[in-house]
Amino acid sequence: MTAFLVLLVGPLAGALAAIALPGRAARAAAAAAIAATLVAAVGLAGQIVTQGVLRLELGGWAPPLGIALEADGLSAVLLVMTALVMTAVGLAARHELAPDIAGPRAAFGFWPLMLLLWAALNAVFLSRDLFNLYVGLELLSLAAIGLVAIGGTAAAFAAAIRYMIFALAGSLLYLAGVILIYAAHGTLDMDLLAGLDPAASDGLALALMTGGLLAKTALFPFHVWLPPAHGSAPSPASAMLSALVPKASFVILLRLWLDAMPDRAGEGALILLAMLGTAAVIWGSVRAIAQARLKLIVAYSTVAQIGYLFLIFPLAGGAAGDLPWMSGAWNGTIMLIVSHALAKSAMFLVAGQWMRVAGSDRLTDLRGLALVMPMSTAAFAMAAVTLAGLPPSGGFTGKYLIMTAAFASGQWVWALVMAVGGILAAVYLYRPLAVLFTFSEASDRAPLSRATQVVPLVLAGASIGLGIASAGLFEILSVGRPPVVGEGP
Amino acid sequence: MTDPTLYALTGAALVGIGFYGLLAARHLLRRVIAFNLIGSGLFVFFGAAGARGAEVDPVPQALIITGIVVALSASALAVGLIAAQTSATGHATLPDEDGGEDGDA
Repeated sequence: MTAFLVLLVGPLAGALAAIALPGRAARAAAAAAIAATLVAAVGLAGQIVTQGVLRLELGGWAPPLGIALEADGLSAVLLVMTALVMTAVGLAARHELAPDIAGPRAAFGFWPLMLLLWAALNAVFLSRDLFNLYVGLELLSLAAIGLVAIGGTAAAFAAAIRYMIFALAGSLLYLAGVILIYAAHGTLDMDLLAGLDPAASDGLALALMTGGLLAKTALFPFHVWLPPAHGSAPSPASAMLSALVPKASFVILLRLWLDAMPDRAGEGALILLAMLGTAAVIWGSVRAIAQARLKLIVAYSTVAQIGYLFLIFPLAGGAAGDLPWMSGAWNGTIMLIVSHALAKSAMFLVAGQWMRVAGSDRLTDLRGLALVMPMSTAAFAMAAVTLAGLPPSGGFTGKYLIMTAAFASGQWVWALVMAVGGILAAVYLYRPLAVLFTFSEASDRAPLSRATQVVPLVLAGASIGLGIASAGLFEILSVGRPPVVGEGP
Repeated sequence: MTDPTLYALTGAALVGIGFYGLLAARHLLRRVIAFNLIGSGLFVFFGAAGARGAEVDPVPQALIITGIVVALSASALAVGLIAAQTSATGHATLPDEDGGEDGDA
């Protein structure tokens, strides 16, 4: 139970300390909070492997009166993924958001906001109460909006305000759904809801909550806020925003549709979600191909990669339940979530380093940078392998599992989406790579230290290694998997 | 008409007014007010939903109070951002509402 406490209270306490303490002490407090939370996340994952699902009823009050926190295999995987990305972001931000480089305002604001974001992510991954999730999501959005605005330029403020409009509208839609659920059932606990008979208003409630969560996940056509927001934040902030934040609202969708209310999900709605995902894959990729700035290419790539995740709904959703391919679709989707988080955070950290060396992230200014920054170029290339879904990366394993599920269930069209998306990703990621290896007179720019370049390299390497060591991930994931998805491998 | 129904209808009307404001207003402060109207409407509706039985259900009240705190924090951040945007650009509206997808501004 200590792990629960550290995961939730550690980052919050660190955030408060980072606000209250002066410069150097604030960064030390943030580092301590990061280390403690990382240890707690890994420790909790270990506990789950040996002891199964862990549950904490706050104050000893059981639902429906109290609020329960619960950690299953999915929570453990997401908590460890978040901790790894956050630790890498913290290491990168030590240089990139130092007061003499980023300015005093961003250097002060980054650490509290980063830790608040982490606390909110952990709260979302551990909560099973719909209203508790609302509060977690809201804290997440507020911290994320702050991180977008931290740059202090007019473009950053405009991007943050546009993000805020989508996030607030999403919160209100979600809240409206929560209210309808409570009015019909008198409980907001997901486990209790799963055992109740459907009410007439459940369809509307599920639609409202889903609409709100889609706006926060930035699924096409609600993605318009994402590229400017992720493109104008400082790069370590973009890494968190792109790698982690959309996953929180997506996981709530997963738990709602596949765990809490699988029997309320109509087949048409499941297919609609996957069709929106398909549109996201194609539109996000096409827009990424057309961008001239590296950070916008990477941001549009997030729009596309989020689309893949929604293919799970027709493959593993619905009232039929426990069909042989469902566990494959479930494992494959989580694999994509984790490998995208590792690869995308690596890419944004690399983009930040190149901006410091080259002065901008326009592709034309990045010519010949492979000679100057070989390690970060390798990191970018490895992350690109994962995003394009080439073996042996985690992206490949995830796509392979989802494609297998698509063929096994007779819905081969979703496999086609995977294949086309992979080709488009190769196209939009080839452009920056080609530029990096172009000979240029400007190749004599001073590189950053190897200790700086190695951080994204480790993340990108992990996204590849995930495909090789996938058995361990699937073993953790099998703890407490929703019954509808079944007990398969 | 019983009391809970009246409150529920009031809540629905507030949500409708707020939704109209959100779509019709370009000034960002008006949009923040619209968001608050929608939120307040939802809270009134929620309170009415908890008052239907013989005894009033206290859980919605606790959740509404939490929700008000969350809405207050969000509004504070929104107003702060709008003030910063206004002092940076001189406008309290978003630039190029129609074609700003590239964020290249």
